[in-house]
Amino acid sequence: MRIVADKITFTYNRKSKFATRALDEVSLEIAEGDFLGIIGHTGSGKSTFIQHLNGLIPVESGRLTVGETDLFAGVKKNKKQLKNLRSRVGMVFQYPEYQLFEQTVFDDVAFGYKNFFPEADKEEIKAAVFGALDLVGLDRSVLNRSPFDLSGGQKRRVAIAGVIVTKPEILILDEPVAGLDPLGKNELMALLHRLHKTSCKTIIIVSHDMDEVADNCNKVAVFSEGKIIKVGSPKEVFNDYEGLTALRLDVPITEYIAMKLKEKGVYIDTDFSSEDFVKKLVDFYKNVK
Amino acid sequence: MLSDITFGQFYPTTSFVHKLDPRSKIILLIAYIVAVFIADNFWGLLAAFLFLCVAIAFSKVPVSAVIRSLKAIIFLALFTFILNILFYAPKEGDTVLFWRISKEGIITATFFASRLLLLVAGSSILTLTTTPVNITDGIESLLKPLTYIKVPVHVLALVMSIALRFIPTLADETDRIIRAQKARGADFESGNILSRVKAFIPVLIPLLISAFRRADELGNAMDARCYTDGKTRTKYKKLSFTARDLVSVILMAALITGIVFLNIYDPILF
Ligand SMILES: Nc1ncnc2c1ncn2[C@@H]1O[C@H](COP(=O)(O)OP(=O)(O)OP(=O)(O)O)[C@@H](O)[C@H]1O
Ligand SMILES: [Mg+2]
Repeated sequence: MRIVADKITFTYNRKSKFATRALDEVSLEIAEGDFLGIIGHTGSGKSTFIQHLNGLIPVESGRLTVGETDLFAGVKKNKKQLKNLRSRVGMVFQYPEYQLFEQTVFDDVAFGYKNFFPEADKEEIKAAVFGALDLVGLDRSVLNRSPFDLSGGQKRRVAIAGVIVTKPEILILDEPVAGLDPLGKNELMALLHRLHKTSCKTIIIVSHDMDEVADNCNKVAVFSEGKIIKVGSPKEVFNDYEGLTALRLDVPITEYIAMKLKEKGVYIDTDFSSEDFVKKLVDFYKNVK
Repeated sequence: MLSDITFGQFYPTTSFVHKLDPRSKIILLIAYIVAVFIADNFWGLLAAFLFLCVAIAFSKVPVSAVIRSLKAIIFLALFTFILNILFYAPKEGDTVLFWRISKEGIITATFFASRLLLLVAGSSILTLTTTPVNITDGIESLLKPLTYIKVPVHVLALVMSIALRFIPTLADETDRIIRAQKARGADFESGNILSRVKAFIPVLIPLLISAFRRADELGNAMDARCYTDGKTRTKYKKLSFTARDLVSVILMAALITGIVFLNIYDPILF
């Protein structure tokens, strides 16, 4: 499913004295197969934007098309369409472990599946839950435990399993690795790559970690004050130290090192993912030798 | 929605009434309520109404905001109005219009309805010009004398201000959890009452857990800052009476005197 946003604008508390313009004519195209990273300083409208994509926030003005579903301003969506859309566009909120509520992990993961496919029988539900649990790398022994007894990282996996259980084609995650330890972060990103290769064609992550974005995304959108001010490959977007720091954003460590090397007369042409960077560095080293 | 809860009905601006000490505003409101209750004829209510108009004018709050706060009560006012008309038992010498509806009944009903509206409009001036935090501060200060009979006034006020402080936070949290569960296909809008109530379980449980977590964190944070209650605490914002408060108290005294006078004198209206 392709996503096309055309000049969408959104204001919180419109008509009240506390009105805040959160999105200002945002246009963006996300192709099927993209692994998009959304970056931007706090309050720049990232969360607001992604919540448009599954109809949680109704489009106030502008046009938005997700797959074949039109979410235009003023077009009233019926419940069935929205439900269908939400089963295909999975949304993992920030700190998703705070949404767990069932008595067992199994029930919690099954919640979404049962909501979207009310006529599913026991076997189907079981298969879907097991599949989701395998994908997030949780052992089946946790199935009958209370989600509240698990560790933070495990809880987050349960919560993510509860979203991917419907096999969404687009998965959106708002700061998915916030608060995880380094190993947990790597595992989660590996999980997203696994998903990206299998059922979930498009992945969108909101992140404050530039290394993570540079390592994983093929496309980056930079938000600032409700506008998208830059879109492109990590190579295009990150190759602008001054511009990004002026927006109170960081650059990936690879870009920083490449910059320092350049000052010393060593030019490395990299896309700033650590893998590519190391490879180019090794090539350079070999060439010199 | 959120900010509505945060500030209650508070209308942010600076005005004579906004700058009054919250304690005076609370006392003035009580006095005003008493005044409206002792008024036993329309002249008294008219005096209270004029007083109200002056207060609104000096508060710079748009009349529409006051009227909006009356919306919640308008149904009740209408209801009591109709009941009063219907259940007024005509006495000797009353002018019965038809069935059991009399001119006197309508007058009585109008009187009670006006009284109700005046009361609510008056209270809304307090909430429109004073933030909930300041109201709490005022109440705490006014209840201070109760500490002598071992009422933990400070603790009660603390509980109240913490509750007020966390209403927006929890509202925010509720909003977020609702959206997270909606993203998982939860449906809060269809079905009968029972299934709708049940639909809120996925919201209530995480909300409850988060409230406990926050309470825990807040407790720790207060401990870490060596919080103690008791007499040694000082206030960041000290409440103080000014000439403004004196002026308003005098005006209120005038209103009450006027109403008592009108009660006794009672110029014939109808
Ligand atoms: N529920 C809400 N009510 C009112 N204003 C809001 C609400 N949610 C967000 N805003 C405002 O909208 C703007 C954009 O917020 P948004 O949450 O989209 O930012 P963000 O880029 O996700 O920030 P962060 O990196 O901190 O998560 C901010 O100015 C914020 O204050
Ligand atoms: Mg956000």
